[in-house]
Amino acid sequence: MAISDITEFAHLTEADVEALGEEFDQIRRDVEASRGEADAEYIRSIIRTQRRLNIAGRVALFGSPIPPLWMAGAALLGVAKILENMEIGHNVMHGQWDWMNDPEIHSATWEWDNVCPAEQWKHSHNYLHHTYTNVLGKDKDVGYEILRVTSDQKWNPVNLGQPVFNTLLMLLFQHGVAIHDLDIEGLLRRDIEDPEEFKAKLEQVGRKMRHQMGKDYILFPLLTGPFFLTTLTANMAANLIRNVWSYAIIFCGHFPDGAEVFTESQLEDETSGEWYLRQLLGSANFTGGRLMHVMSGSLGYQIEHHLFPDLPSNRYPEIAERVTAICEKYDLPYTTGSFPKQFWKSIRTIWRLALPNKKFAAEQQAHEAEGLRRENATTTPSAEAAARVAA
Amino acid sequence: MTAIGDWPLARRVRAAATRFTTPLLPDDYLTLFNPLWSVRELRGRVVSVTPEAEDAATLVVEPGWGWTFEHTAGQYIGIGVEIEGRFHWRSYSLTTPPARDGRRLVVTVRAMPEGFASRHLVHGIAPGTIVRLAPPQGEFVLPDPLPGKVLMLTAGSGITPIMAMLRTLDRRHGAGSLADVTVVHSAPDAERALFADELELLARRHPGWRVVQRHTATDGRLELAPGPREGSPRADRATGSSPRVGLDDVVPDWRERRTWACGPAAMLDDAEKLWADAGLTEALHLERFSADLSGGEAEGGTITFARSGKTVEVDGATTVLAAGEDAGIPMPFGCRMGICHTCVAPLRTGAVRDLRDGTEHRVAGEGATDSSHIAVQTCVTAAAGDCVIDL
Ligand SMILES: Cc1cc2nc3c(=O)[nH]c(=O)nc-3n(C[C@H](O)[C@H](O)[C@H](O)COP(=O)(O)OP(=O)(O)OC[C@H]3O[C@@H](n4cnc5c(N)ncnc54)[C@H](O)[C@@H]3O)c2cc1C
Ligand code: FES
Repeated sequence: MAISDITEFAHLTEADVEALGEEFDQIRRDVEASRGEADAEYIRSIIRTQRRLNIAGRVALFGSPIPPLWMAGAALLGVAKILENMEIGHNVMHGQWDWMNDPEIHSATWEWDNVCPAEQWKHSHNYLHHTYTNVLGKDKDVGYEILRVTSDQKWNPVNLGQPVFNTLLMLLFQHGVAIHDLDIEGLLRRDIEDPEEFKAKLEQVGRKMRHQMGKDYILFPLLTGPFFLTTLTANMAANLIRNVWSYAIIFCGHFPDGAEVFTESQLEDETSGEWYLRQLLGSANFTGGRLMHVMSGSLGYQIEHHLFPDLPSNRYPEIAERVTAICEKYDLPYTTGSFPKQFWKSIRTIWRLALPNKKFAAEQQAHEAEGLRRENATTTPSAEAAARVAA
Repeated sequence: MTAIGDWPLARRVRAAATRFTTPLLPDDYLTLFNPLWSVRELRGRVVSVTPEAEDAATLVVEPGWGWTFEHTAGQYIGIGVEIEGRFHWRSYSLTTPPARDGRRLVVTVRAMPEGFASRHLVHGIAPGTIVRLAPPQGEFVLPDPLPGKVLMLTAGSGITPIMAMLRTLDRRHGAGSLADVTVVHSAPDAERALFADELELLARRHPGWRVVQRHTATDGRLELAPGPREGSPRADRATGSSPRVGLDDVVPDWRERRTWACGPAAMLDDAEKLWADAGLTEALHLERFSADLSGGEAEGGTITFARSGKTVEVDGATTVLAAGEDAGIPMPFGCRMGICHTCVAPLRTGAVRDLRDGTEHRVAGEGATDSSHIAVQTCVTAAAGDCVIDL
């Protein structure tokens, strides 16, 4: 990566890059050396809580015709699914808890509570997205292959439908995630790269969907006997709650409005310091209390997560303190803002990118004028970095 | 002893319940109510920890659901104990006859000086603690019927599997067994001799049994190394001016006996040589408490850890596990001696060699696909040329 090409990093010397890489490495070493009983107890208690919420939700729905119980059941299940998918599933599959040497809480064995098979998620997310963060054509999170989320992507009349596609994606988010690892682009071009693999993955998705839908939309409703329909609608509501919430959290972070996108050739000979910088440049945090962070799978610490995807999520707050200190020392951007503000910006830009660039460029000016709150006040928010909220 | 998994009906109930708990297992919810109600990872509850001689303790463990195993005297189990948030696996010989106490597993652990897991088991573990278990295994067992003449040769904690055998014989034959059994057991001194009283008692109950207990601090070490008697370095190590005592002095008819030996590695190495020199290799059965990695010499080379993207250069004596750990890769491991298979990882290309017996494991062809890999135990293998491990 040619560091000097990027405005934010133009002031860094090669020695600076190496030194800050060493400082980031030191954070990793310190956290790794101090993982212990308290961390293990953290993830176990989240898992216990999640399972209890799940049971409570299912039990409440035995009274699903009674509106307060319907609502309680849907809410409990929705929250349980959010916890499972985000703070537990996403982080366990990153290997954040593999150090415990417990096969029951391990990235190799975890299967999460939504229709996306864990194995495919680990490929598209852990490998492609985290390795090729914001690399066009590699990182499928750049627009999920159906949305135009950066002005670097060519405009096409189809993009006019973006506000609609976007809403559909939000409502059916788990299904969007489920087909994430499939070669959808190839399918649209009628030129699938590896048809065998496509078929195998599709079958795997189908199996997972049958299990998930069978559980939520047939078996549990049947279990409540005469209340089949009300239980069914409550379960649909729970999945919807989870879909909308996780969409909001992830799009906040995955939406690289004006963000630096990279090409594959720029990754060649990337040093470890440069790798850290690319992750830093492509990520933005949002602020919130402890509960908010747990409910969002600690993705409010998106920067820390991208720098250290496999360190335990309960350590991100303390890591964040050290990361901001490094950013201050080397005069690097550290982007953060409140969750509603970040979310609104991402939605607005998806709508804007429905139109061709010329129109967008003018509006972006106004947009950027607002800027995002920077932890690092000394950095002048540059045009691109200002609204950079890539995951 | 039956476990839930044994009955066809229970299996069907379990399969049906899994439709409801998917993607989790019923076990994952049942353990919220009782930690032993799981057949996923075998679990046990420590019922008692009784101090035994000096710096040793006998642990009684009640296994949970899923423990359907009946052991044979002389076999060992794996115990996974959580220390500072992380599971550590070690092997321990069961000391009681099979199923004697119903569902109770009994082991005696000697706290090794600086021993990480053994010190915790002896001094740090409280009754009620939940541990993980691995099923009984091992070939170190007595045939039935017993051979005419038997010698049990033990030292230190090596008495444990022999205790299970003696107790089993005692129970099978009742008092006054006519079997011809000689036990020679060495301990540093009376304080550190395990099971001293019980051994004496057994000798009195059975006229055909002879028990020789030796205290090496005062009696000197039992000489097993063949070769010149005078000026042997081993004799000098014996404390004081105690006369050098060889196996011929203690058990003159050892050549006529089938022998079961368990103790420190050096003692077993000597025994192996002594029996081999006498052309009696067949008559000697050994149990080693630590892996013997001197069976093969690997070539060394570079190991690439594909998923971590790290490559290290190693010699032929460094295990793949140690190489990975040195490179900071979170390597799974359990017993670290080739027993538990926790450390198994896919070998993508190249070859590794098993350090126990020199067996080579090689993946044919280059650019191996997902299906053409072999699983290798990283804890007992080393690089035989360049290889790629998928971790
Ligand atoms: C078949 C069999 C039966 C046995 N039966 C008995 C028995 O009945 N009674 C008995 O007392 N012992 C028995 N042992 C020995 C027992 O399994 C342990 O080896 C012994 O208790 C010493 O363990 P330790 O952790 O205290 O020793 P350590 O020397 O601390 O550890 C042993 C191994 O674990 C590794 N290790 C230790 N700590 C760490 C760490 N923090 N991180 C990574 N690796 C680490 C070491 O590299 C070493 O290879 C048996 C062993 C075998 C193989
Ligand atoms: S760690 Fe147990 S077999 Fe390798």
